[in-house]
Amino acid sequence: MSVGSFNRHGVAAIYKFEMHRFARTLWTGLAVPVITTSLYFIVFGSAIGSRMTEVNGVSYGAFIVPGLMMLSLFTESIFNASFGIHMPRFTGTIYELLSAPMSAFETVLGYVGAAATKSMTVALVILATANLFVDVHIAHPFLMIAYLLLMAATFCLFGFIVGIWAKGFEQLQVIPLLVITPLTFLGGAFYSLDMLPEPWRTITLFNPIVYLINGFRWTFYDTADVAVELSLGITLLVFFVCLFVVRWIFKTGYRLKN
Amino acid sequence: MLQTSSAAAEPIVRVSGLSKIYVGGHQALKSADLEIRRGEILALLGPNGAGKTTLISIICGIVNPTSGTVTVDGHDILRDYRYTRSAIGLVPQELTTDAFESVWSTVSLSRGLFGKSRNPAHIEKVLRDLSLWDKKDAKIKDLSGGMKRRVMIAKALSHEPTVLFLDEPSAGVDVELRRDMWQMVRDLRESGVTIILTTHYIEEAEEMADRIGVISKGEIILVEEKTELMQKLGKKELTLSLSEPMTAIPAELSDWQLDLRADGNELHYVFDGNAERTGIPSLLRRMTDLGIGFKDLKTHQSSLEEIFVSLVSDRGRQ
Repeated sequence: MSVGSFNRHGVAAIYKFEMHRFARTLWTGLAVPVITTSLYFIVFGSAIGSRMTEVNGVSYGAFIVPGLMMLSLFTESIFNASFGIHMPRFTGTIYELLSAPMSAFETVLGYVGAAATKSMTVALVILATANLFVDVHIAHPFLMIAYLLLMAATFCLFGFIVGIWAKGFEQLQVIPLLVITPLTFLGGAFYSLDMLPEPWRTITLFNPIVYLINGFRWTFYDTADVAVELSLGITLLVFFVCLFVVRWIFKTGYRLKN
Repeated sequence: MLQTSSAAAEPIVRVSGLSKIYVGGHQALKSADLEIRRGEILALLGPNGAGKTTLISIICGIVNPTSGTVTVDGHDILRDYRYTRSAIGLVPQELTTDAFESVWSTVSLSRGLFGKSRNPAHIEKVLRDLSLWDKKDAKIKDLSGGMKRRVMIAKALSHEPTVLFLDEPSAGVDVELRRDMWQMVRDLRESGVTIILTTHYIEEAEEMADRIGVISKGEIILVEEKTELMQKLGKKELTLSLSEPMTAIPAELSDWQLDLRADGNELHYVFDGNAERTGIPSLLRRMTDLGIGFKDLKTHQSSLEEIFVSLVSDRGRQ
């Protein structure tokens, strides 16, 4: 009867359920990033990029690839993870999850693992699509994948928090659309901070997304607007803050068991 | 299942001093105590909002208690949640299912969530027992309400629980499903599963349960053997619609303590439905002798609400 110290069947069940949900919308899920990336390259890469000089020794088209990947990774991670936990709360099927012998860690591992798998897949599809338009060189491929994984996990945790905090489907959209997307656009996804005049350059340094995007871009081109150690430090900080909040949610039963 | 005699005597579920105050301030449970015996069928009777679902939800781990403790098979539900939750199956009141999944995959998923390795033979048996086998590949959204209810029962049984909670199992259920469900409950009991069900219907508790608990305003008022309780609840009422209205009850009928209602058009008589002699045949004979005619007669069992009122007021007097 006893489950032991780790409910691997439970984690696998959640992971499979979530991946099955993604599989039902596989083609739209993959067509959207491919088409969006192509549009960005037609507009930014060809129309505008041809009039731009190189940025830090990298062609403009290639320069925006890590930013594009991050933009999609952030929105996909938040959307998939928040929807994954919000939907059972909305329909009421969460009763089963709450009554199952699952620890908080196992529950999060199942949901965040599945959402991170999907968002990393989308990011890699964007990378492949971008490769059709420009030559993308990756200076540190292993670090790139590791950084991608860390950021997918971070934003999926963040999405999980949003999914528990949200009282309705509109609120699920609010955070990605009103907070994350603007911060990403203003966080140097499509430009180098050096292009900004003061005081905007200094103000921008308060945006944590700047460090995430620059850290990721460093794994591609070995150059960044900010120190790479600082980028890694801030990324880890955001990750642990999200982890701490999720831990608090399960400890107190916030919006789940009260 | 082999048990020592002391283990068999130990209650499978022990609820002590359990209280719940929801975040909004509503107190759903007030220091409730309950012992559920191993292998019994316990029916929890109570009106809406009495705290039945809150009690079940806390035992199953869906709601955090404010204070008090619950043990299942001697294990604390908070400290040893892996053990207690693996032992429990729950069929909630609301029909909540994953619309886009197939019956087979949703029931298999439940088994996995509860930490059990795949066992297609067991899932097949559960689906066959619930007449769901030919629907195993159907999407849940395409099933009727009754079929969805069966799916929820199948999910609760997927991990072979030893304690099964059925919250309002007959709400919105047709006759056929109710019959199948009760047969299944009896079979499960035979195999040693303890079953707790909540209901509004006295008849249902009467038909199924070994013991009956009454819960009202967050308190468990009493838990008794069914046979004892049914005697207490045996009060019935006879209503006679008179052919001609009368202004007063004739003195010849004073033995029956009748009540005249509806502007003298109805006679009411309260009797004990479990008694050998109800007094009804003699009443009707006497009325015929007196030439009092009636158009219609009906009997009515005290509603649960009325029983609660009498139970709660009895308790207040003690």
